[in-house]
Amino acid sequence: MKKYKSILLDPIFNNNPIALQILGICSALAVTSKLETSIVMSIAVIFVLTLSNFSVSLIRKHIPGSIRILVEMTIIASLVIIADQLIKAFVYDISKQLSVYVGLIITNCIIMGRAEAFALQNPPGMSVLDGIGNGLGYTFVLLFVGFFRELFGAGKLLGYTIFQLNTEGGWYNPNGLFLLSPSAFIIIGLLIWGIRTWKPSQVEEA
Amino acid sequence: MASDSIKKTIQVALGVCLVCSILVSAAAVSLSSRQAENKQLDKIKNILSAGGIDFTGKNPQQLYNEKIKAVTIELETGKILSEKAEQDLLRPENFDIKKISGMPKYSQAIPSDKDIAGIKRMPSYMVIYEVLDSKGGIDKYIFPVHGKGLWSTLYGFISLDNKLQTVEGITFYEHGETPGLGGEVDNPNWKNSWKGKKAFNENGEYIIDVLKGRVDPSNPNSIHQIDGLSGSTLTTRGVDYLMKFWLGENGYGTFLENLRKEGSNEKI
Repeated sequence: MKKYKSILLDPIFNNNPIALQILGICSALAVTSKLETSIVMSIAVIFVLTLSNFSVSLIRKHIPGSIRILVEMTIIASLVIIADQLIKAFVYDISKQLSVYVGLIITNCIIMGRAEAFALQNPPGMSVLDGIGNGLGYTFVLLFVGFFRELFGAGKLLGYTIFQLNTEGGWYNPNGLFLLSPSAFIIIGLLIWGIRTWKPSQVEEA
Repeated sequence: MASDSIKKTIQVALGVCLVCSILVSAAAVSLSSRQAENKQLDKIKNILSAGGIDFTGKNPQQLYNEKIKAVTIELETGKILSEKAEQDLLRPENFDIKKISGMPKYSQAIPSDKDIAGIKRMPSYMVIYEVLDSKGGIDKYIFPVHGKGLWSTLYGFISLDNKLQTVEGITFYEHGETPGLGGEVDNPNWKNSWKGKKAFNENGEYIIDVLKGRVDPSNPNSIHQIDGLSGSTLTTRGVDYLMKFWLGENGYGTFLENLRKEGSNEKI
């Protein structure tokens, strides 16, 4: 039981795909200018990651080594297209903002990485937990970054005004840097610093 | 290992492809009508908001049917196509700017010195929208516009009053500009700043400038000027140029001129 729990929860702080393994940075920079898009992107990644881990694990004993990566990519790509179609059908406004980035989940290293590193060696049940866990780890970082970027960049959270902007008669002068991708680098950097100060075992040897 | 034989490899490859393709096509087919509806609804909402019609709490589709009349015009002659002569693709309900721009029969290349909007090809026809007042007369006109910003082509509408003088509203329904910077073309305050601006001089030339920086209200020309978006020089320039292109002689110029003539004839 403890083993399952650690598969599910470890990726959030102890073995976070973004903060420790530094995977999946690209989308973490691109879609986090608002909390809302971060949430939808995270849900999409959890969906794809869980199902791809499950499917790869299910047929892991039948996948020939020579076309292993191709099979994984086919499965991941199909799941991403389905996720993209669902987003377009049910949350159209957000799909306009996410634009190409949902499609780019295909190239998100976390998903490929988990299929290779975990799902190929482990049974479906555990692979599903691993998928959800890593998805949650990704979600945690995205929400963290999205929270600060939207708050300081636009004075809002989920579209609700928190700081009244000076352009709308308030006091807050928004910091435009937070809306640009480099700010995500800085925030992720600070987050990694924070996590590694809290858990020194994650610090790489120089 | 048995799973490494050629036969097994081909079997697995085919099997995976088959299952995946069935899933993907099932998703695409079963969701496509919903997606098309969303797209249509989104466009209608944008047309309504460009025309200054408040649709909160109302059914946008119904409001659109009541208040808006779409007509196809030929840009070169500025004439409204009579309804029977229309090809299917040119009917307002089927008209798709992107599709038409790609069809040599219904579109044309723009010489690069005139292509200030950066769109390379333009449709020879356009669908414009008339906003009807309660008596069935025309209250406003809504013109679709598009052009290059920084990252993307912006698609939007500008609406003019029935004397073709004053801007009634603008909106962009599709663009991929940076959120918070160029993406501020969606900012309601900025969009409102267009309202009431005088768009044309006495000769019917479009004279609005989107400035880099703020408009000085004491300047006598401020009635023709719009604040630039801070931090997005290139998007601002794009919006400026695309409006100049579409409301100028290569865009709706001929149509606007015809309308003005008709208007003055009626008065006599």
